[in-house]
Amino acid sequence: MTRFLRQAGVLVHTLVGFHALIGLMLLSNSALAETPLPKIHVPEGKECIRPEHEIIRNHMKYILHERDETMHEGIRNEPESLANCINCHVTPDENGEIAGIESDEHFCNACHQYAAVQIDCFQCHADRPQKYIKRGKQISSLKQQLNNTLTARDASGEGVNQ
Amino acid sequence: MKDSNGTTLDTKTMVDTTTMMDAEPVNTSRREFISKAAVAGTITIAPGILLHQTAHAAKSGAGNLNTSVSTRPLDEDVSDKNRWGMLIDTTKCANGCTECVDACNKQNGLSGHGRPQSDTQYIRKVSLKSKSTGHELSLPLMCQHCETAPCVDVCPTGASFVRADGIALVDKHICIGCRYCMMACPYKARSFVHEDVENQKLTAPRGKGTVEACTMCVTRVDNGGIPACVEACTAKNHNAMIFGDLKDPNSPISQELKKHGGKQLRSDLALNTGVRYQGLNE
Repeated sequence: MTRFLRQAGVLVHTLVGFHALIGLMLLSNSALAETPLPKIHVPEGKECIRPEHEIIRNHMKYILHERDETMHEGIRNEPESLANCINCHVTPDENGEIAGIESDEHFCNACHQYAAVQIDCFQCHADRPQKYIKRGKQISSLKQQLNNTLTARDASGEGVNQ
Repeated sequence: MKDSNGTTLDTKTMVDTTTMMDAEPVNTSRREFISKAAVAGTITIAPGILLHQTAHAAKSGAGNLNTSVSTRPLDEDVSDKNRWGMLIDTTKCANGCTECVDACNKQNGLSGHGRPQSDTQYIRKVSLKSKSTGHELSLPLMCQHCETAPCVDVCPTGASFVRADGIALVDKHICIGCRYCMMACPYKARSFVHEDVENQKLTAPRGKGTVEACTMCVTRVDNGGIPACVEACTAKNHNAMIFGDLKDPNSPISQELKKHGGKQLRSDLALNTGVRYQGLNE
């Protein structure tokens, strides 16, 4: 009798434990389904310049390195720049509007809000894409302008009196 | 006397600007004397004009740079082969015209809060009137991009720096907003951003709590362009401003300087400015 009771007790114990486990799994599944994951805009048909896991983990290092080189050495064509991230990832929605950094839709803010990591980049930097100034467009017009300036100066015959 | 923002210039500035006109080195320090003596062979042209750089550039073979815009590949570091500068002919600068100021504001996304005392200005128009002759002048005044810049001397964090090609900048990543450089600048060229900024330009990042000034449109220059103010002045056909490479003896700016000369404002401070002026007569 005692033996039977002990066995029944073990069985009940096992069953309770099993059900609890199932219950926990169910709970965690539903909890996961309800967790709001960040909506990240990945441009169609394009791949990031670095592998995704690499850029997720190390994007700040790339940007920091690029920052100092651009600021102090004047190097402006490195691909891993903040401006390039913005150009690819921050795009207009179906209404043609671009979400600012304060919005959850913004590429940077979506993740950073999710991870609760504050970023200060956009206190100074533009948070949406803009046209670059391309080399070459200005040069011919510049030469023309300089010629105009100097011709005008010579034609007026004004010696600059010092 | 008022500048373009309607701010009354204080008496000190007036005295300063008057001394700008007949600037002779007054207190030549021992160090300055030695450094000048070392290059005396090349700088005997006129007081206040340090031509040793131009001479140096001629020696170092910068002659192949016969355009006056940057031809540096964008993946190469800036170097001291170039020194970017501006030459402003005050006789051509129209009184009351603010094309350069407007172009600068547009280029850099500067918008004020209607408070001229504290609003950011990279460039301003200054009107001068000689007390003795009554002769009036109008000129644009901005960061003079000194070689030995006082703002760099005093900066406690290294945020103020002069790039190898002579453009004075503020690294706002490092700037702590102490405003010491604003005190040190003899040209009142720098401004402090007091309030949050929105909708910045891609090429002109700026934000609250940092000091800023004319960057000589560094992004445009790096991309082979010219500063927005020079472009606007030329487009308006006033032709008062020339931009170019001071180290290239064949560049239009060097040629013009060679032909007619040019003055540095407050040349008594021996800062070797990158911005030179013509027609500063009393």
